[in-house]
Amino acid sequence: MEKMLSGQGENFLPFNLTEHRKSLQNKRYENKVTTVKEAVSKYVTSGSYLATGGFGCNRIASALLHEIVRQGKKNLGFSGHTTTHDFQILVAGECFDRCDAAYIVGLEARGLSKMARKYIESGKVKTTEWSNASLAWRYKAAAMGLSFIPSKVMLGTDTFKYSAAKVVTCPFTGETYSAIPALSPDVAVIHVHKADVYGNCVIEGLNNSDTDLAKASKHVIVTTERIVDNEEIRRSPWKTAIPYWSVDAVIPVPYGSFPGNMEGEYFSDEKHLQMWLDVEQDEKSYREFVKKYILDTEDFYEYLELCGGIKRMNELRAEELMISSKKGI
Amino acid sequence: MSTYNKMELMVCAASRELLDNTMVIIGTGVPCAAGMLAQKMHAPNLVIFFEAGGAGPMLPTMPVSVGDSRTSYRATMATTMLDVMELAQRGAVDFSFIGGAQIDCYGNINSTVVGDYRKPKVRFPGSGGANDLASLCKKTLVVTNHDKKRFVEKVDFITTPGYLQGPHSREDAGLPAGTGPYRVITDLAVMDYDPQSLRMRVISLHPNVTIDEVKVNTGFELLVSEKLAKTEPPSEKELRILREEIDPFRYVIGRGA
Repeated sequence: MEKMLSGQGENFLPFNLTEHRKSLQNKRYENKVTTVKEAVSKYVTSGSYLATGGFGCNRIASALLHEIVRQGKKNLGFSGHTTTHDFQILVAGECFDRCDAAYIVGLEARGLSKMARKYIESGKVKTTEWSNASLAWRYKAAAMGLSFIPSKVMLGTDTFKYSAAKVVTCPFTGETYSAIPALSPDVAVIHVHKADVYGNCVIEGLNNSDTDLAKASKHVIVTTERIVDNEEIRRSPWKTAIPYWSVDAVIPVPYGSFPGNMEGEYFSDEKHLQMWLDVEQDEKSYREFVKKYILDTEDFYEYLELCGGIKRMNELRAEELMISSKKGI
Repeated sequence: MSTYNKMELMVCAASRELLDNTMVIIGTGVPCAAGMLAQKMHAPNLVIFFEAGGAGPMLPTMPVSVGDSRTSYRATMATTMLDVMELAQRGAVDFSFIGGAQIDCYGNINSTVVGDYRKPKVRFPGSGGANDLASLCKKTLVVTNHDKKRFVEKVDFITTPGYLQGPHSREDAGLPAGTGPYRVITDLAVMDYDPQSLRMRVISLHPNVTIDEVKVNTGFELLVSEKLAKTEPPSEKELRILREEIDPFRYVIGRGA
């Protein structure tokens, strides 16, 4: 069999190192606190390439994603790196028309999203295949200021064939690698546990690929469970996962990962996620659902209220901490 | 003799393949239940990793996501995806444990599309971490239900590499030496791969299952080991731990009724 040397998938955002070095201007040490509305309106322009932090239903920037749908952003490029509910939200607004697909349309053990599947099967979205690690290495390459990273994944498979990777040979050892091209998203949306007003961020748990994603992206919008004093960052600077010089905007959004899980804070709302999957079975109910929960809500706080408000959040907090919510916390 | 359902049998059979003092990267569902059971039975020092960065957790309950907070509960480390993947890339991870929509005789897996890639009849999630894990970990285990729709002559799309087109093709493609498919555990049998042809081979039949039944439910020619064994049914202890400690809400074992 002839060896495949080049994936035939489209590279939606070709990387140019010189441009990259110019585009990643360091962000200033200044108060960056703003609103979800303003941040999305300023940094997410129709046609730009978007990446989401966290892991699908865990530590996702739900408020920003809802706002992207509400503001009717279209024709985005999208990085489907471990995307589940984040993907589902953007599908509700048909926001993207090209997608780097590593994990899409599913919600892990919860099953597949019918509407997400339909959107991809409709032909409205161009896709290029990747694996989770290769897409993470794409961020890492850009984070390192390099145009590619060699790796040992995807070789010999159709995932490679429909990717935009290439086979390369190590100049020292002759070893075969897949060369993973750097990816520098125009904008990344990331939810964290703590951030100060300058954008120094602490993630209290799994990082997934967010430190690399923040380094790789031209603009980074951060939502945070809470704003903390700069002194708190400076008391334990080793905890900073994303420093201010990568961050453009900071917005405090408590319960901002809902209905996703936020490590140490609240568990995923499995009932709400299931409701979302169920309502997708019927087009009309789905449209009403999207209208009620996203389009007709003024902001994320209103959505949280519709979903049970602080009472529900307390239950999810009890679930996260594995304590009984009936006794109160 | 205790009664059990097919999901319980699959979890128990799968857990016995995981050895003590080894490392495994696992997904949610059956693989996770199997890993937890192995830890509580014969492999207390089995180190479990999850692809979002959970490393060596003391899993309190079944995670719903490979990136949820259970996967780093009382863990050795809460780290990054690439930290876990690079551990596997440098050869340190013994097992990976994955699922899939279709599998062929060489253990190639499709979890991307049914039909043509550009005009898919059905779109599935794609690789996720599966391609990475099956490329990098030494031994890949697959757990799936056994039927002709899944066990096919040719997968529509090779999402995740098995032995690709047969002997030498992993090496020719550049995949790391000493890696590849190891076991397939289904509701009917346990399979390995013939060392010469690298084709799937039945090594153990589950209780009350005949070899004909396995063949009828497989869409390609299955080899049969000369030393065909019988799968030990789940023990009282395995079932008790599985039902009471690991999956009390029957997220996984409830699907086997």
